Amino acid sequence: MSKAVLMQGNEAAVEGAIAAGMRFFAGYPITPSTEIAEQSAVRLPQVGGKFIQMEDELASIAAVLGASAAGLKAMTATSGPGFSLMQENLGYGMMAEIPCVVVDVQRAGPSTGLATSPAQGDYMQARWGTHGDHPVIALSPSSVLETYTLIIRAFNLAEKYRTPVLFLMDEIVGHMREGVELPRPSDLIINQRKMSFHDGANKQCYYVPEGQYVPAMKPFGHGERYNITGNAHDESGFPTNSSEIAGKLVTRLLDKVEKNTGDIVRVEEYAMDDAETAIVCFGGTARAVMDAVLEARAAGKRVGMFRPVTVWPFPAGQLRARLPQLKRLLMVEHNHGQMLLEVQRAVGREKPVDFLGRVDGTVISPRDILDKLNEMEENGYAQ
Amino acid sequence: MKGRYELRFAGSGGQGVILASVIFAEAAVISGMKTVQSQAYGPEARGGVSKAETILSREPIWYSKVTAPDFLLALTQESLDSYSKTLAAGGLIMMDSSLRLPEGLDPAQVLSVPVLQTAREVVGKAFTANIVAVGAINKALGLFDGETLLEAVKRHIPAGTEDINRRALDAGAELISPEQAAAFARKWG
Amino acid sequence: MPSDLVHLYMRIDHLPQIWCPGCGNGVIMRDVAVAIHELIEDPALNFNREDFVVVSGIGCSSRAAGYLDFNSIHTTHGRAIAFATGIKFANPKLHVIVLTGDGDCSAIGGNHLIHAARRNMGLTVIAFNNNIYGMTGGQYSPTTPNGDRATTAPYGNVDRPFDIANLAWGAGASFSARGDVYHVRETIDIIKQAILHKGFSFVDVYSVCPTYYGRKNKKGDAVDMLKWQRDNLIPTARYYSMPEGERKGKKRIGILAYNDYPEYTEEYAKVIEACRKTGGEGEEARE
Repeated sequence: MSKAVLMQGNEAAVEGAIAAGMRFFAGYPITPSTEIAEQSAVRLPQVGGKFIQMEDELASIAAVLGASAAGLKAMTATSGPGFSLMQENLGYGMMAEIPCVVVDVQRAGPSTGLATSPAQGDYMQARWGTHGDHPVIALSPSSVLETYTLIIRAFNLAEKYRTPVLFLMDEIVGHMREGVELPRPSDLIINQRKMSFHDGANKQCYYVPEGQYVPAMKPFGHGERYNITGNAHDESGFPTNSSEIAGKLVTRLLDKVEKNTGDIVRVEEYAMDDAETAIVCFGGTARAVMDAVLEARAAGKRVGMFRPVTVWPFPAGQLRARLPQLKRLLMVEHNHGQMLLEVQRAVGREKPVDFLGRVDGTVISPRDILDKLNEMEENGYAQ
Repeated sequence: MKGRYELRFAGSGGQGVILASVIFAEAAVISGMKTVQSQAYGPEARGGVSKAETILSREPIWYSKVTAPDFLLALTQESLDSYSKTLAAGGLIMMDSSLRLPEGLDPAQVLSVPVLQTAREVVGKAFTANIVAVGAINKALGLFDGETLLEAVKRHIPAGTEDINRRALDAGAELISPEQAAAFARKWG
Repeated sequence: MPSDLVHLYMRIDHLPQIWCPGCGNGVIMRDVAVAIHELIEDPALNFNREDFVVVSGIGCSSRAAGYLDFNSIHTTHGRAIAFATGIKFANPKLHVIVLTGDGDCSAIGGNHLIHAARRNMGLTVIAFNNNIYGMTGGQYSPTTPNGDRATTAPYGNVDRPFDIANLAWGAGASFSARGDVYHVRETIDIIKQAILHKGFSFVDVYSVCPTYYGRKNKKGDAVDMLKWQRDNLIPTARYYSMPEGERKGKKRIGILAYNDYPEYTEEYAKVIEACRKTGGEGEEARE
């Protein structure tokens, strides 16, 4: 018998999170993410963790941030409408530097949209949903196994950079079951929160040593007394009206992600070595792209896949590194052209970028992509 | 068996077609095959159209949706009428015998089986229809050995229901004659 | 010179506070500090200062969290109770005290208040109820009486007000009480009992806002507003000794509702225990 187990994407998110040390989940039911809450309710008490169903998504993200401030690795899961409700407190978590993981199993919108249909229309919301300039790390898996391993990475990044990390799933991956062989727990790398730099010198809870970006206070109840606020604050954690301190704070928050993209950003490339056409995609869309690439290759076409696994920050550097060999790019995503904007920004006018999108709740098939490639060819790849 | 085989299970919400689909995916995992299982459904927990799909393969599976299935199980007229149109060339249909055969279908590609009636009258519980169907499909297509299929079923049913589900599985298999199985298995290759 | 209490429990660097002269919020903040002090000092109890977490939302009341020298978290508007729920559930040994306002807990955060009351997790919620939105300059709140004026009710308030203590009680709070800023000793005792209460406790403390609510409604200065509280908010014992006819138009301060419902984190601990006993496959078992 095989060691593989049949697992749904949403279930893998829970199992991966628990392997990463998640011991608190607060959420509100919403399709197509509900299985994550249900499975957390089953699994967390088994490992001594805690599950609570809150009265809405506003409360869910708030409880998650509270639990994290009290020292537990915490997560919530939702879909578009709930993700919209969470935006204010996501910004709070970024400003107050409270680690957590927020899963958004995207569905077709806007508004209530098509509740059970796949989409990737929250990509830009993930970056810009909360007000003000803020740092964002967002990861997007394309298989059940990757959901498991990547959500562990999401927790690791959240703890390392002390910030909410967004986990952008879609209905394709969330509701899909695959046979997976999970890594052994002993093979996993799990980051724990840095619990203070204090060596007697600086007692400020938001103190950040020169050349570093992330403060390291202990959770509440661990013997240090301090203040957390969503106001602009100084290193003591208290509100300030100083424009100098406020400016430095926001710059540091942005820098802790921007200056560490080498650590944070991951890309999967397939058949890119000699590719002339790069198909850019993320999340569940990659599954159709892979089949299209395989079929195009079989027909002798030099097509490859460029898939940001870290979708924010967008891997512009990695994409630009491929530009000299490329003749053209095709962005394929289940929205009206969101990551497309980032691709165009990275590519500029150097190479033509074409687009295949879908907003009707149906799934882009390998055939659709092959047809698009043929159409591009017939049009001489003109823009 | 060819490289990739796509099964579609369709009925109304509450008939358990998603579970039937999951059981075949589980059996595939147990036997070391590649599989992807997914479903599409409306807002209704009961009634409405429910559709589930299982892809079986020896090779890695990327695209996870079924477009032209090699096999369709249809438990309602609505699902039979709509999904029988999108079958792959040479695809096979198992329909509940209470349904009407849609025009334009070659009777040779259709197996009419009293799934619902067997669940009600032979097994004695209407809710076992999906497991009856699993037994019948497995026999007709010759997919998995009995032990693997039983293990797959056991992983997805509540404790204490093993006996009735085993009876449902057997009752389903008995609905398929060796000749029918042979006829279908030929088309499988 | 700040008093010993201020030295002990307030963050001197961050004083003086920003509240207006005559505001009742400073009185409530002091009541909370005294209540905690007396609990910590009580040798019969085992209260540790480091175990207190003060949680606030947004508004005038919410500044109190920053002035009190405990673990403190100043959260978003309306969400203090939800943050507090996460803190308490994550670490039930913490004494989690929410300092909120009438707008914060009964308008934007009203949903969290009623669900926290229903859930009965051991939080203590103290509302600084001044009948107005002070921080934004005098708009009507859910506790502004009908007919009263506010910058957004220039012709008199058309809304009917909440009685928040009754709201919490109605939502199933196992402890709901009312205090004010005139009856200081009584209110300190109520807050102490609220903190000692095992389940969810709610204290609606009537504050005074002479700057906006008082001025808009010709209630006089802070002293006049306190006198009104003296004459119209009556401690429980005296209230029930009054002839019924004299109670008209007056409100009782004291504990309104008390029940011994099971506390949420204790109930959930039983779920964890049961899962472990029945051998629910835990991570330990797996590794």
